[in-house]
Amino acid sequence: MKLSAYIEGIGLLGPGLNDWPSSQAILGGQQAYQALKTLLPPPALLPAAERRRSGAIVKLTLATGLEAIAAAGLNAADLPSVFSSSGGDGENCHAICEMLASDDRQISPTRFHNSVHNAAAGYWSIATGAMTSSSVLCAFDACFGAGLLETLTQVVVDNTRSVLLACDTAYPEPLYSARPIPDAFGIALVLAPQRSAQALAQITVSLTDANANPLEDAALENLRCAIPAARGLPLLRAIALRQAQRVVLDYLDSARLAVDITLC
Amino acid sequence: MNPLWLSHFTATNSIGRGLAQTLDALRQRRAGLAPCAFDTVDLPTFIGEVAGVDAVQLPAHLAAFDCRNNRLALLGMMQDGFIEAVRAAIATYGAQRIGVFLGTSTSGILQTELAYRRRDPVSGAFTADFIYGTTHNTFSVADFTRHYFGLTGPAVVVSSACSSSAKVFSSARRMLATGLIDAAVVGGVDSLCLTTLYGFNALGLISEQACRPFDAQRNGISIGEAAAFALLERAPENPHADAVLLLGIGESSDAYHMSSPHPDGLGARMAMQDALNMAGLQPSDIDYINLHGTATQSNDAAEGKAVAAVFGSATPCSSTKGATGHTLGAAGGVEAVICALALQHGLLPAGINTQQLDAAMELDYVLENREQPLARVLSNSFGFGGTNCSLIFGRADSR
Repeated sequence: MKLSAYIEGIGLLGPGLNDWPSSQAILGGQQAYQALKTLLPPPALLPAAERRRSGAIVKLTLATGLEAIAAAGLNAADLPSVFSSSGGDGENCHAICEMLASDDRQISPTRFHNSVHNAAAGYWSIATGAMTSSSVLCAFDACFGAGLLETLTQVVVDNTRSVLLACDTAYPEPLYSARPIPDAFGIALVLAPQRSAQALAQITVSLTDANANPLEDAALENLRCAIPAARGLPLLRAIALRQAQRVVLDYLDSARLAVDITLC
Repeated sequence: MNPLWLSHFTATNSIGRGLAQTLDALRQRRAGLAPCAFDTVDLPTFIGEVAGVDAVQLPAHLAAFDCRNNRLALLGMMQDGFIEAVRAAIATYGAQRIGVFLGTSTSGILQTELAYRRRDPVSGAFTADFIYGTTHNTFSVADFTRHYFGLTGPAVVVSSACSSSAKVFSSARRMLATGLIDAAVVGGVDSLCLTTLYGFNALGLISEQACRPFDAQRNGISIGEAAAFALLERAPENPHADAVLLLGIGESSDAYHMSSPHPDGLGARMAMQDALNMAGLQPSDIDYINLHGTATQSNDAAEGKAVAAVFGSATPCSSTKGATGHTLGAAGGVEAVICALALQHGLLPAGINTQQLDAAMELDYVLENREQPLARVLSNSFGFGGTNCSLIFGRADSR
């Protein structure tokens, strides 16, 4: 079975990258990239109580996921989803571990329920009303590739559209020294089994021993290496440049993902 | 779906190391729960601790992975010839043709909790021996497993709280169906840590005694730890009569609340119904339901309603968490193994600790072990964030 799907919508948010439309010229090299701090929009779709409790990962997944789904002209409630992240919410983890190391271990209930790796998926389903299945993955530095593979298997095996949300958020000290993720970054992709009017490109993915493609721009390459979710940027760059080509994306130490891109 | 074969499986939890001890404990109605004496935890609660985890030594070349969760993982895969089974599968299929799909909720977070106690008092820095990526990180248990076996195929951790190691079966099913892999190491490993003990305590969800699922007086969970593994392969043409097959999977989201289930169990109902649909089965085809049954007021009430809505009141069901405790991200895997044991040995395991059934539940809740042939069983796993997964397993001779 070929691991092949059509990209119908893209969401992008990261340092100096505010959404997919305005980032295409930057990724394509027509406009200079400036690594400004990621601007996370408030999660307007959440009820007030959940909005107050939501951390950066919730804002990031909602912003990128809804951007991709709106671009595809679809309803989020109808789509199964894949959330892939290189680790949990670092800010929340720091607050909990600091308390557990203190004399007062009474952590707050909100801190605790935000500590689960699927917190973003939970808030997403509350915000969008999606009762569909959600795969919530972690693969450390391989999180973009693992998420893309999982989403493709949903599309080709279950013959359904699916949305990938590959997102990472910053780690505070002292966790930052052990896991230096500097800022929030997310890519969302709506993938579909059949070609439609809104299809941007077809991708076909296979495992490869080849090395991952770096980005030419040094600052963008820094970003790709610094935040695992950004390992998907070479795919977005090829689409921004409207180039049918093969890009190799980072995945595990034992295999990378070769992505053959055909434009629609 | 095309049925998948659990060619080998094993579970290690507070009632036993491996299948024989686990089955014996279920037969003897023996619980693994005891008053909490874990680390420096000062909570009045019962836990299901696995004995001897800290004595497990990881191979020297994998020392960077050393933490309680990966020690428990290794202890688990050392039982029932599971390591040898994976090595045989590598010889048959090749190291790149075997995927790793493991569930965990907290992975090796205990390592970070301990590191926070030892921070430099001035700078706040960790000591130099702290390694985050191979211990605390949620992927660590899958990464350890693939390095232990030298597997080079796809690998991932599913971390959706207490449905994690049920949902791994779904990711593995799809990957097998694409033909990218020929076998999958699936399962779940979760180990005791302060985050879950104090976190569930903060939510008022831990019991001060051994948990009593579906009891009228139930008042919370008992946290446990466990490692469960299965080797998943395509079903052979002529499987053994008692071979255990995965027949159907249903997944849903509640879209309701972060830490409370939908009060009518709507998401749970959808997951069970979808699993039946995928398996092409009717509710009457299911001989036993292993409930999620955490023993919180809200989970059991919602799950009871959902089961009654799909199955009526005639299908025998129980929660085995009174014996094992709630092993969180490992619960789906442990209960898949308990379902496999139930199928192979014709045992409906009773829910223990439960004194007086909640009268509001219109269910055939099993309070005494029953010995009878079983053809097909269903296992429920639900979690925080409103994540639901139901699995259906059957004996090969039931088809």
